Amino acid sequence: MAELRLRDIHKSFGSVEVIKGVDLEINAGEFVVFVGPSGCGKSTLLRLIAGLEDITSGDVEFDGEVVNEIPPALRGIAMVFQSYALYPHMTVYGNMAFGMKLAKAPKAEIEKAVRGAAEILQLTEYLDRLPKQLSGGQRQRVAIGRAIVRNPRVFLFDEPLSNLDAALRVSMRIEINKLHERLSNVTMIYVTHDQVEAMTLADRIVVLHAGLVEQVGTPIELYDRPQNLFVARFIGSPAMNTVPCSIDAANGEAKVTPQKHATTKVDARIPASAVGMNGTFGVRPEHLSVTTGNDAIFRGSIDVAERLGELTLLYVDCGYDEPIIAKLEGNVPVKRHEHVGLTAQTDLIHVFDDKGIAFAHGNA
Amino acid sequence: MAAARRRKRRRWGRIAQHISVLVIVAIWLAPTVGILVSSFRDKDQLAVSGWWTALTTSEQNLIGRAAPPSDQVEEAGKYVVSGNVLDGSGYVTAFGTRILNPTQYAAGETAELPGGAGTLSIDSDGSYRLVSNDPFEGSSGRRIYYTAALPPAFTLENYEKVLTSEGIGQSFINSLTVTIPSTVIPILIAAYAAYALAWMKFPGRALLLAVIVGLLVVPLQMSLIPLLRLYNGVGAFFGVPAKTYLGIWLAHTGFGLPLAIYLLRNYIAGLPNEIMESARVDGATDFEIFIRIVLPLSVPALASFAIFQFLWVWNDLLVAIVFLGNNEQQLVLTGRLRELLGSRGGDWEILTASAFVSIVIPLAVFFALQRYLVRGLLAGSVKGG
Repeated sequence: MAELRLRDIHKSFGSVEVIKGVDLEINAGEFVVFVGPSGCGKSTLLRLIAGLEDITSGDVEFDGEVVNEIPPALRGIAMVFQSYALYPHMTVYGNMAFGMKLAKAPKAEIEKAVRGAAEILQLTEYLDRLPKQLSGGQRQRVAIGRAIVRNPRVFLFDEPLSNLDAALRVSMRIEINKLHERLSNVTMIYVTHDQVEAMTLADRIVVLHAGLVEQVGTPIELYDRPQNLFVARFIGSPAMNTVPCSIDAANGEAKVTPQKHATTKVDARIPASAVGMNGTFGVRPEHLSVTTGNDAIFRGSIDVAERLGELTLLYVDCGYDEPIIAKLEGNVPVKRHEHVGLTAQTDLIHVFDDKGIAFAHGNA
Repeated sequence: MAAARRRKRRRWGRIAQHISVLVIVAIWLAPTVGILVSSFRDKDQLAVSGWWTALTTSEQNLIGRAAPPSDQVEEAGKYVVSGNVLDGSGYVTAFGTRILNPTQYAAGETAELPGGAGTLSIDSDGSYRLVSNDPFEGSSGRRIYYTAALPPAFTLENYEKVLTSEGIGQSFINSLTVTIPSTVIPILIAAYAAYALAWMKFPGRALLLAVIVGLLVVPLQMSLIPLLRLYNGVGAFFGVPAKTYLGIWLAHTGFGLPLAIYLLRNYIAGLPNEIMESARVDGATDFEIFIRIVLPLSVPALASFAIFQFLWVWNDLLVAIVFLGNNEQQLVLTGRLRELLGSRGGDWEILTASAFVSIVIPLAVFFALQRYLVRGLLAGSVKGG
């Protein structure tokens, strides 16, 4: 069980700054997911916490103790790598026992720890096999088992499910969830670029972009209340529709005008100083519905209708570069080139200022 | 239609390919097969015919000696000496009484002995009868000239002779004494160096690697004598005599290290980084990572270098001459063969048997480690495992 604090972490590789100042507090026993596009620095941040890379400046604290200079083996961490990193010439038992053997632990202890971990992960019958005789999912479980044996206070996962096929990914996700419940006193940090994994596994998500933290919050917080454009577009698939708009009125009767369309009321706390500025209007595809009345926010003609059975994706050309995407339930009987109007509930509309920061929701 | 024609052409193409490969293999193997066959042939047969006739009967002109007159028996008023010129195999085709005409008579005929001393008859099975009216005189039997067709005779005699009396056995052991340490020591040193050059960061690493690889280019002959002088000089300083095994081990180690470090470093650099990081998280020091993870995983590369070095040192003559002496305790196999060529140049059975004795070990090493050779050479070229 360990509480982590990252204070103003900077990391440069030569002259390239990869982490540009990260402050983070992770509670003991929490499952935190670092998520972000490729190259945002999430793996680097994980490796800094692990001790596999040196920190250029800043502090990493475990339970209040600064661990910058402490080698990985002594930090009380365990790491599961994307490519499993199993020792090919050792059996499953050997792989899991390696760390304890190096520490010269007594044989009985090693036996107990390894068999315990094997039972949790249902690996008991594979203990004598070599990694090359195992399937991808089994290898990943061995990697997790090896980490469990170390009895760490912080568990680090570096994109562990990326190398697995889709069906296996789903089942392994559930296993990791169960693992978290079982080892509820171990802090877990999980790095992924897949937002579905992030949303389903995390207690809290840290969204990273270009070496900086964009937002930290629970999955629902990030979904309902994205604090900036990047997070708004990153979470949710298909991504949120964002169009430029101009801000017409502030405070209680806030109104914005999406380009080329009518002014509409929004539930956003827009200060008076922002009136007349440009902003961004955002609404999620799943919050749009077809309307024939006057309350349509967007009007346009249907470019493409993708029917997936359980839902229909409408790509509507509303005069913007990108079509507005609407996600509707079931099979909606529309035709190509048909004109539709799209509307959404006022409290589901997001407004961002000219710098991409979201205005708070709610009426003043 | 066109597909069938294409298939036919492909089949013929494949047949032509197989045949040409077989031809090349046959040509390539012919000398070795020749030596192998010759080394098993009877010495006399070898002198007369080539190895490609080894399986046919050979005709030889031989000189036999009849039993001495003391063995003569009296039969019906005549004195007879009888016996068999052949020792069990083959048959006589012709014979003669005078050396000038050894095939004057066919087998089964009766010949007049010169000077009217009697008659000689030889049957095709080799049994002869010397018949005379007067008793034979003298202490030694008469010479008989005959042509015999002998079946192919294979023998292990040559090998016996070579291994025991020609000194090949001792030279074999000398060669082993030179080769095995010269293979093991470079591996030990190079493995450490390769790991450091591949995975440990220190200033000047790239330059050091470039220099070591550059040393691959240095010709052996250029550095040989300076090296010997250096060794003798240092040895004299420390009281170590010249021309010892230690010198040649060091010399071969030195010549083999650039290749060893190059091969091993490339292989070790290709090992997945994450395995070593995982070991580091597990608490392993650099040394433990090297011993427990890198070395076991590098066995293909180690084996392939071992083959190279073993073959090179085993077949080497020049370094052995320069660093070792000519005495019985130090002469290696290659040197011994060279001497045999000079002193026993005409005794092909000795030469071929010796050559094969010296081929056996490298062949065994190669076949034992062969599957590592290709793996080791290709390692690091394709991402895997």
